Amino acid sequence: MPECVFAPWDDPNEKPLIRFRNVTKRFGEFVAIDDLTLDIYEREFFALLGPSGCGKTTMMRMLAGFEDPTEGAIELAGQNIAGVSANKRAVNMMFQSYALFPHLTIWDNIAFGLRRESSDKAAIAARVEDMLKLTRLEKFARRKPHQISGGQRQRVALARSLAKAPKLLLLDEPLGALDAKLREATQFELMDIQEKTGTTFVIVTHDQEEAMTVASRVAVMDEGRVMQVATPTDIYEAPNSAYVADFIGDVTLIAGTARARASAAQTPEPVATPEPQAAIRAPQPNALGIWLHDKVLAPVIGQRKDIVRQLPAPETPVAAAPADIPEGGISIDWADGQPPLIAADGDHALDGKPVKLALRPEKVAISKDRPQVVNALQGTVIDIAYLGNLSTYHVALADGTMIKAQTANTRRIARRDITWEDDVWVSWSGTAGVVLER
Amino acid sequence: MRRAVLIAIPYAWLLVLFLIPFAVVFKISLSDIALAIPPYTPTAKDGIWTMLSQLDFENFVFLTQDDLYWRAYLSSMQIAAISTVLTLLIGYPMAYAMARAPEAWRPTLLMLVILPFWTSFLIRVYAWVGILSGEGFLNQFLLWIGIIDTPLTILNTNWAVYIGIVYTYLPFMILPIYSALDRLDGSLIEAAEDLGCSRLKAFWLVTVPLSKNGIIAGCFLVFIPALGEFVIPSLLGGSGTLMIGKVLFEEFFSNRDWPVASAVAVILLIILVVPLVLFQRNQQRQTEAGG
Repeated sequence: MPECVFAPWDDPNEKPLIRFRNVTKRFGEFVAIDDLTLDIYEREFFALLGPSGCGKTTMMRMLAGFEDPTEGAIELAGQNIAGVSANKRAVNMMFQSYALFPHLTIWDNIAFGLRRESSDKAAIAARVEDMLKLTRLEKFARRKPHQISGGQRQRVALARSLAKAPKLLLLDEPLGALDAKLREATQFELMDIQEKTGTTFVIVTHDQEEAMTVASRVAVMDEGRVMQVATPTDIYEAPNSAYVADFIGDVTLIAGTARARASAAQTPEPVATPEPQAAIRAPQPNALGIWLHDKVLAPVIGQRKDIVRQLPAPETPVAAAPADIPEGGISIDWADGQPPLIAADGDHALDGKPVKLALRPEKVAISKDRPQVVNALQGTVIDIAYLGNLSTYHVALADGTMIKAQTANTRRIARRDITWEDDVWVSWSGTAGVVLER
Repeated sequence: MRRAVLIAIPYAWLLVLFLIPFAVVFKISLSDIALAIPPYTPTAKDGIWTMLSQLDFENFVFLTQDDLYWRAYLSSMQIAAISTVLTLLIGYPMAYAMARAPEAWRPTLLMLVILPFWTSFLIRVYAWVGILSGEGFLNQFLLWIGIIDTPLTILNTNWAVYIGIVYTYLPFMILPIYSALDRLDGSLIEAAEDLGCSRLKAFWLVTVPLSKNGIIAGCFLVFIPALGEFVIPSLLGGSGTLMIGKVLFEEFFSNRDWPVASAVAVILLIILVVPLVLFQRNQQRQTEAGG
């Protein structure tokens, strides 16, 4: 992938800036972090993503120095930082509440950290001015925190935590208090600033969209464990567990048993087999038509040799599976009386094991007629979630399974042809779903 | 109309309970002592114009001539100031500990601070006589553990007055400071540490400035009543303890010199107006900053 030139995690020679090594943190009986091992590299924008109570904030507080791990070690630039107090670490934190000092002006807030380590007034002033410029706050330098807006406060907090040029900047739900529009703008601003300063950012968030937007890599956490660490693309397109698939974005999970498929292309596909009764169903000329032909037309234009008494079936029967069915992969038996689902990139090793097929709604097509793809199931539209640009259809199959299908609303709503209670086909290609073992 | 009524209530309160009594006292302070009921002249019975024409500032002039009075004012201010500082030094750590205590304990701790108010103030001050006297509990305890071999003379000295004032007014110091510290966001301290402060430095640079309003309010709440305090110096203080409250009481009840006593009271009030106005301004600023 060309956009991923920055990938130190793939380079074995690269030394991580932060290493969690078998870190466990307990609060009494409660295990907040459970035997966690994780590397974060320099210049990364790393997101810790998870529901509240998954331990992401605890991880951040351990990095900042407000908590010590119960077991294991945390290394910053190769040095164990256990026992180094918060005020001695080259790590700064941007607090969720921003924690701006209400009795100090914006200028003094930003200068606060600088004044602790040096008394060179000119150098401090220059650095503060730089930070003000970086966060576009020059006009507000003399104001107190309660005299500026939420978005400005957020930028002050960022400027203050960046002022000391830390090796690592921690951001605890930095955009949580902002409204949706401002949050989006600020996300890009954060990415800009991260790029400009070259600081390593670790961001804690429960907002998956935010994590996907800003981060170079995302760690999805649950109950003190890291479930998956990967780039946003991989997390979304290749989740390693039902938990990750379900946590990131919208997904339909279908449980079933895997069966390895033969690699031959001509393997007959149950879903694709043409129905043999095509000839019977085909329309034929009725008695009047035959009489007209025999008694009226034949004397005039002559008897036709090739009497076509039978029209071909309206739908050309499919001789074999469509050409785009890849070979191999697995098929999943998921319900009695339903054709198995085909996952062309499924691993043969899964043969006979219970698996889940994760389907993203936008990869499932919905149509009134039967489409020519490997996986097509019939159902009824139960619900339509209209999101403006997109519509998500909730389709119930015969056995009650719900499948979500998403379409872009390229037409005005009045002209859309699928509505509630319609019988429809949901379909997806052989590579659209992800086969998950857990 | 409704607004006028709403505004009228506090003004009526001020008029009836402060301005009218003050006018009466001020008028008496301009009168002369007399053997009569009431013990001063002229009164309104002599007719308004006669009364007004006979008023003079004689008593105020008298106050400046006898050095007892200004020494009493100064000594009152000194005792009130020292007591305020002592109360702050004891009250601040208590308020800090309360604000840092586990959430579940705080109502109980707050209750314990307020609890003494349920007993009569006079009885509590009397109890200190029993504690501080030559044969009191404190001396007996100190003798028993062997720190001293002769009883300390605490009662009837300024020390007893300090102890009494600190004890009595401690809740007035603790409560505003506690309320300021309780509102203090813990992440501010963490932010200060994160930016390179030691614990002590963070306390000095963040906690103290942010509880400043509480400190100021507490100091005024102690200083203002302590300045005119009468019960504590008369019960615990000695003959050497000179406080204006005591002087006032003596002028009024022993000498029955109502005009001079009123003059003393008027001067005391004028002295108190300065800190009262400052206190008001502090409260107002606090409200504005909070909003």
